Amino acid sequence: MAEISIKNVAKNFGSFQALNSIDLTISDQEFMVLLGASGCGKTTLLRIIAGLEQMDSGEVWIGDRRVDHLPPRERGIAMVFQNYAIFPHLTVFNNIGFGLKMHKMADSEIKKRVEKNAELMHIEHLLGRYSGELSGGQRQRVAVARALAMEPEVILMDEPLSNLDALLRLEMRAELKGVLAASKTTAIYVTHDQVEAMSLADRISVMQGGHIVQAASPTEIYRNPATQFVAGFIGNPPMNFLTASAVSTGKWQVAGSVFEGPAVSEKELLFAIRPEDLKPASKGLTALVKIIEPLGPHLLVTCDVEGHLFRVILESDTQLHPGETLTLAPAADRIRWFDPSTENHVM
Amino acid sequence: MSVLSSASVRKESRFLFGASVFLLCAWVLGPLYLLLVNTLSSPEMVSGFPKSLLPEFDFESLYFFARFQGMIDALINSVLVAGLTMFFAITIGAPAGYALSRFDFAGKELFRIMILLTRAFPLPLLALPLAVFFIRTGLDDSVFGLSLIHTTLALPFAVLITFSLFSGIPSELEEAAWTLGCTRIQAFIYVVLPLILPGITASAIFAFVISWNEVFAAAVLTIENRTLTAFLLQNLDTSPLHLKFAGGFILVVPALIFIFAVRKYLFAMWGIANR
Repeated sequence: MAEISIKNVAKNFGSFQALNSIDLTISDQEFMVLLGASGCGKTTLLRIIAGLEQMDSGEVWIGDRRVDHLPPRERGIAMVFQNYAIFPHLTVFNNIGFGLKMHKMADSEIKKRVEKNAELMHIEHLLGRYSGELSGGQRQRVAVARALAMEPEVILMDEPLSNLDALLRLEMRAELKGVLAASKTTAIYVTHDQVEAMSLADRISVMQGGHIVQAASPTEIYRNPATQFVAGFIGNPPMNFLTASAVSTGKWQVAGSVFEGPAVSEKELLFAIRPEDLKPASKGLTALVKIIEPLGPHLLVTCDVEGHLFRVILESDTQLHPGETLTLAPAADRIRWFDPSTENHVM
Repeated sequence: MSVLSSASVRKESRFLFGASVFLLCAWVLGPLYLLLVNTLSSPEMVSGFPKSLLPEFDFESLYFFARFQGMIDALINSVLVAGLTMFFAITIGAPAGYALSRFDFAGKELFRIMILLTRAFPLPLLALPLAVFFIRTGLDDSVFGLSLIHTTLALPFAVLITFSLFSGIPSELEEAAWTLGCTRIQAFIYVVLPLILPGITASAIFAFVISWNEVFAAAVLTIENRTLTAFLLQNLDTSPLHLKFAGGFILVVPALIFIFAVRKYLFAMWGIANR
């Protein structure tokens, strides 16, 4: 059982505030993804949990132990590094068995564990090789097998797939998800790739400027982004935003149309809608078609709505030409509202 | 036309490159060859004229040194001093190189420059105060005392070479070892050391050569326990020409062999990858 609690963790690098009082609880066996652009503090947070970085204040708990004063080796963690960190002077077998040997496990037991995990990652035929003789994908597998062989309470992964080419990444992603679910290990996974985050995570923590702006399930993050940043960061293409001005209580005018919205006192709000939540209709937003990109299953249409960039995903058999005018009706239950001054979601 | 001219420019630049390489090689190899020829020539040939450019393979001059009184003792002293220098330079220099490559501390850049500055003081300037100090502390005329001086000469290079070696090892390897159950020291022993050992060996040999070649401090600070360089310098001064050549040859060859063996790590010192 290893629940991870991060309490009020802060970290500065000189005058740069890398982490700003982070509070996060990750339940046992959960797959948590820390997602954010580079410099948001996600890797720093992971390294603090691993014990590779010292925090300025706060507490880190793994299970019922407070670990922030412990060196990495006593925290019950294993880590997969971005550049794999395979020891070049050891064979694959000795790489996977390295941690077990350090824990003074019997040779026969080491052999059993190494072989089991090598098989799990499909690298049993590579056990005699050195890292110089492996491809990037194979090194990645060795790194994961080495971490799993420790049978840690928590496995930490720092952008483990970012050095692989696109096709291999897709394959490893699915495999990683399966292997980790089977291992029943709590996992924390750092990435800047939102597709990776969506596909792997039980829960995603979106980070921005040293804060966690939202921690929720992928669907919740996608459907109900807590801030305008999350709305713009998650989803490809991202959410569309238009300025809305108050007409009367709960009525908002957006690009010439009036929509039902939150009954708040602000004069202006941001109207937000995902590109796939719009349909051509007789009434709605007037959009000038600029670019049409057929993507196979659907069309990605880039339009201009009152001078704002606006993207919409339509059925692939829609007949359209650039320069035409579309009338788009947003699905009423999918419209989200943000306060432009705080960037927070408004109900 | 333009194709032709660019081809001829390329031809000219290749000629220039070849000529420069030839000149540099001649600059280094010419004297070495003459040294070899004269070492392996009879005394009459060495002092006679015209000279042959081919060695006679007369080993009389070299035999002379093998039988020369005090020669073996001086050789042993040289090896002892160089060995101690090697040991001190690495045990002090490698940790400094490691710290420079892995830790951030105030004045790090300044420290790197200051390391080289230790070579900026000419040894003759320091010789007198050093000699006085050594006599007072009783370190004069001892293998240990001389090796201390040679260590200060070799240390900057040991620090810079090991710094570049450690920097070539990703810190993630060490971090991975920590997460896999190693203490800092274990990670160093099981991961960093095996990777760095060839480079450390090279850096040690370089320190050895610096001590082996050093003559000034050795001549000033020793009297009875002379190293080979100091011993030969003292005796060759009054020796006939053919023995001077042979003595020079004996000094140059081991140093050349050592430097040749560690050449790729010396390039690493200046951050040039040459592997």
